[in-house]
Amino acid sequence: MSLHGTTSQTIGPYLRIGLEWMQIEDLAPRGVSGERVTIRGRVIDADGKPVNDAAVEIWQANSHGRYANPEDRQDKPLEPAFRGYGRSLTDEDGSFRFSTVKPGRVPGPGNSVQAPHLNVLIFMRGLLKQLMTRMYFPDDAANAGDPVLGLVPAERRSTLIARKTSDGTLEWNVILQGRDETVFFDF
Amino acid sequence: MNVAPYRRPYWNTQPEYLFPKYASTVKRAPAQPLVVLPHTLSEVTAPVFGYDEVKPGDADLTKQHKGEPLGERIVVSGRVLDENGRPVPNILIEIWQANAAGRYNHRVDQHDAPLDPNFTGAGRFFTDKEGRYRFMTIRPGEYPWRNHYNAWRPAHIHFSLFGQGLVQRLITQMYFPGDPLLEYDPMFMCVADEKARNRLISTFDWENTLPEYALAYRFDIALRGRDETPMENKR
Repeated sequence: MSLHGTTSQTIGPYLRIGLEWMQIEDLAPRGVSGERVTIRGRVIDADGKPVNDAAVEIWQANSHGRYANPEDRQDKPLEPAFRGYGRSLTDEDGSFRFSTVKPGRVPGPGNSVQAPHLNVLIFMRGLLKQLMTRMYFPDDAANAGDPVLGLVPAERRSTLIARKTSDGTLEWNVILQGRDETVFFDF
Repeated sequence: MNVAPYRRPYWNTQPEYLFPKYASTVKRAPAQPLVVLPHTLSEVTAPVFGYDEVKPGDADLTKQHKGEPLGERIVVSGRVLDENGRPVPNILIEIWQANAAGRYNHRVDQHDAPLDPNFTGAGRFFTDKEGRYRFMTIRPGEYPWRNHYNAWRPAHIHFSLFGQGLVQRLITQMYFPGDPLLEYDPMFMCVADEKARNRLISTFDWENTLPEYALAYRFDIALRGRDETPMENKR
């Protein structure tokens, strides 16, 4: 049997009706191991205006570098309290936030090992299909050898790396278009 | 570690980001080239949800308030398969829609049509082991929007699906057969392949009608298919 995948359609402006019940901004309840991180960012359009109707979803490994999914059969600990999925709906100034633990490293293509990263999906009115990108962590030595960052033109890599602010939170903005446009993937 | 990748979509079956007939894409579509992402463990895994996270009543949008919502009750059901024809079991489906008058229960929707105190318009379901799902709802109304002069959306229900891999995640809209607004709708018309568009239209589903209670529509969904074996991650 061979089917063609169903065509994607926009999430539209009324996504909150369907998605708000499962807004998950705090991914790691007490007891989950790993370095605690708070991530804040804004989604900005081509005119520099905040996008107040976006959904930002993240998917990440736990601090040991294992995904809570049956396909990940690595010999690393799983933590039942940590699913690794977050969903934040942007507010009036286009901002989203997540509180989680820094993921460990997961295998990449061949013998490579990926730097810690969040996998990010972005949905909004005006996007007929989701955007996919990644957020990496600042000052992580593993970034230099990451097999996916290495595919990104060097001058644009910084758009995928969060910035540590003076209060210790990580800031990572999603610029949809224009100068400093975030790198998005063809997935 | 090489993983079996998901296949890329067939041409003209998935929209491009920039589609000026849908005006909001102009300021929100990326302008820089996309970077082709190899599929790694990060892309072929996805969150797993538990059945206890969805209540049995979440699949009946007509029973979420004290009274009955206005409008025509309908059963919406179907199967979720992948492109290889395999059922996609145990995945979360979220739906949302306008009420029978074409008004969303959302502060941004200022369309001059009545809200229905007995209708929120949100539902959830976990596919069973055969990939099946089923909702009871009311038929949504058409409504105007501001994309262009005298623009109207055809009646539709929004669907959000998680797949077994992150790259299978799909958000789409289900339409109704015979809707005269479809050919005027830039969202429905967003891909060149007519067959792909027509797969977004549900079919009238006599077998699932409930005598003296509800008509029924069937909407089958296909998520991306996966290759059998790990490949070198090159296109």
